[in-house]
Amino acid sequence: MRKLSLDRLDTLFAAIAAEHTLYLPVDGKAGARFEKWEDGKVLSDALNTVRSPKDFFFPQTDNLMDFKTEGKKIEIIDTREECEDFVIFGVRACDVRAFEVLDRVFLAEPADSYYENRRKHGILVSLACNKPLETCFCGTFGIDAAAPEGDIVCHKTADALYLDAETEKGEALLKALEAVTEEADAAPVEEQKAVIRERLAKLPLADLSADAFGAGKTDALFDAPEWAELAESCLGCGTCTFVCPTCQCYDIKDFNTGHGVKRFRCWDSCMYSDFTKMSAGQPRLTQKERFRQRFMHKLVYYPTNNDGLFSCVGCGRCVAKCPIHMNIVKVMKKLGGRANG
Amino acid sequence: MQVNEFRPLIVAFCCNWCSYAGADLAGNNRLAYPADVKIIRVPCSCRVNPMFILRAFQRGADGVILCGCHPGDCHYTTGNYYTRRRMALLFSMLDYLGIEKERTRVEWVSAAEGAKFAATMNDFAKQVAALGENKRLEDLRCKK
Amino acid sequence: MQEVKRETLISKAAALLADGTVTRVLGWKAGEFAYDVTPAVFRSAEELEKDFVFDDFCGANFSKYLIKETAKEDGKVLVFLKPCDTYSFNQLLTEHRFDREKVYAVGVPCNGMLDVNRIRTVADGIVAVREEGEEVLVDTLYDGTKTLKRAELLPDRCVHCKSKKHVAYDELLGEDGEVLDSARFDEVEKLEKMTPDERFAFWQKELSRCIRCNACRDVCPACTCEKCVFDNPNSGVENKAAANSFEEKMFHIIRAFHVVGRCTDCGECSRVCPQHIPLHLLNRKFIKDIDGFYGEYQAGAEVGSRAPIVNYTTEDIEPGEAVERGEGNA
Repeated sequence: MRKLSLDRLDTLFAAIAAEHTLYLPVDGKAGARFEKWEDGKVLSDALNTVRSPKDFFFPQTDNLMDFKTEGKKIEIIDTREECEDFVIFGVRACDVRAFEVLDRVFLAEPADSYYENRRKHGILVSLACNKPLETCFCGTFGIDAAAPEGDIVCHKTADALYLDAETEKGEALLKALEAVTEEADAAPVEEQKAVIRERLAKLPLADLSADAFGAGKTDALFDAPEWAELAESCLGCGTCTFVCPTCQCYDIKDFNTGHGVKRFRCWDSCMYSDFTKMSAGQPRLTQKERFRQRFMHKLVYYPTNNDGLFSCVGCGRCVAKCPIHMNIVKVMKKLGGRANG
Repeated sequence: MQVNEFRPLIVAFCCNWCSYAGADLAGNNRLAYPADVKIIRVPCSCRVNPMFILRAFQRGADGVILCGCHPGDCHYTTGNYYTRRRMALLFSMLDYLGIEKERTRVEWVSAAEGAKFAATMNDFAKQVAALGENKRLEDLRCKK
Repeated sequence: MQEVKRETLISKAAALLADGTVTRVLGWKAGEFAYDVTPAVFRSAEELEKDFVFDDFCGANFSKYLIKETAKEDGKVLVFLKPCDTYSFNQLLTEHRFDREKVYAVGVPCNGMLDVNRIRTVADGIVAVREEGEEVLVDTLYDGTKTLKRAELLPDRCVHCKSKKHVAYDELLGEDGEVLDSARFDEVEKLEKMTPDERFAFWQKELSRCIRCNACRDVCPACTCEKCVFDNPNSGVENKAAANSFEEKMFHIIRAFHVVGRCTDCGECSRVCPQHIPLHLLNRKFIKDIDGFYGEYQAGAEVGSRAPIVNYTTEDIEPGEAVERGEGNA
């Protein structure tokens, strides 16, 4: 384990940025967001960013290929480029776990080469959550905000930042940072973890249970009458899906540039009326079905197909951002009581 | 040596009954106006939805002008009165967003005003050329 | 703090349910925290007693919900309307979007609602929110109790509240207020006085945060098209995500333009924006221009009025002049 004093954070960032593009959470008008680090940018104290780090690997719009037509000839242009190594600093435990959720989708055969390319080159430096918020419930899904996963895991104590490599990629980066960090004892980190765990246990959502959900619960929950009531106030906007670190649905579209076609994909939302619309129409006719789809996917369908792994990580973004404050916590409480009883 | 002078692309929406006929008359009278002006004929100036203006800019226009019958002379009696309000609000909004106000214009041109049509287009083309390329409402994907 | 208490609204609703005037109540439902209130339909006094809430976080405008709710079944819906909601209510009636006969509207006075985002900027980890006079006490997870000034926690729409007067109701709880001199165009004027370059930079920065979640559109009581142009694959502009700054601008210009003359300036668009884009400044620009060009007009002030965008006079201002005047020049 390595460490450096907090007043030397800039030295650390400069050292990382000397070799790689570095992104970290920076405070802004609408809350924190990941920005490219350059001299003068300060690491945000905010618990989490408004948008999740998934954007770096699965951007909201992504050009897939171009077509050029000349007479009857169509030329297909591969727009993929090998990307450079980059580092994302300050990723929270929930968001790191989100990558496991995304990996299982995008890296399963056939792997999504766009995502894969960026995953290969992205280095995640996670940061334990010293002050989890009232909207946090990562513990519900077995995530420990005191001990995140990641290529390098960081802990911030009152005076120092502790760094520990967890993967080969992380080790290589940490080795390159030896000049700015010093060897450290793990005791302060263990102390910090204990403090965080105590705080986590006291959070208002600490006892939220996911027991009623998971693999194989489709039949028990699909026709629950509660869905109608829960979905009643849903506006059908895409806020929850777009701030979600694990939502992975996208649509592929062609944009006619007037002299060619750009095929791109962009995030889609199961909350939208034209989501997965086919020639036969939209399979989910009312907001109730669309609403149900989102939560069943997170809590039942995904775990069913992925060894019980939930595709909600409890980051609380949708809890904070839903315009009408209907969210996965309310859904779980309402339906959880039903399935238990 | 060839001088690589900037030539703006201008889209002119012209109503079928007055302005398009005005353009015809300008042509018949051999009045010159820049070939950079691309005319799109519409049944009435009122047919032009704000989206048309934005889409023209998206597809590479450097200036957009909308021509219709003089107020009071609309073939459909009142169409251009609505156009006038719509465009007043739209252009003011574009200006509010910091998009150069010189890139948009509404001009009333009757079927008898071939000379006015040519003069308007010459003047507008000059005005837009002075501004240079449309950068603030451009869509890079549409650039060649 | 709100003048009318939760208990007053519950007993009013329970009485109307009991005597059969209404079959259901559109109200606010308490959530997990102090601030996460959700619109909900209540059908009995017990349900109301259990979950109904009316406090400083009940900002959601119910007018748009009436379209869906009245179409669902027969019988009247009881709806509680704050003064600004009544303008949207009237506007929707003007557009024949729901059946007035199926609604029983109870006007509720409003002292301005709190903006949880403003609280968050000064107090993270909100556990509880209490009010004492003009002060708001926020219990936080890590910083103890913070004492904040209520006036500083109001969203822009309440700071510049345009009216405390209810323009539509069947029954009114408490005293009705007056139309206010809101100074709501101050921000717009500030922008108008900037240079075009500054304005462009301002909006470029604001709109670049847009994630195209469509919350502004979906919450808007004026956006009630069955099929939005941005969801229509045949429109040529159906884009689920803005690919670049052009599409960001196009979406927001068209969104605001589509509600010209129908926007009552209720401010819901800015309230729901997850990226805190001041969307109401686009709508207010149109309102200010309409007032300046065509005479003062408040959408929803009365049922059946004709919006200036679907009206004209032979002496209207020319677009070229309008732009000059829109910039604040004579």
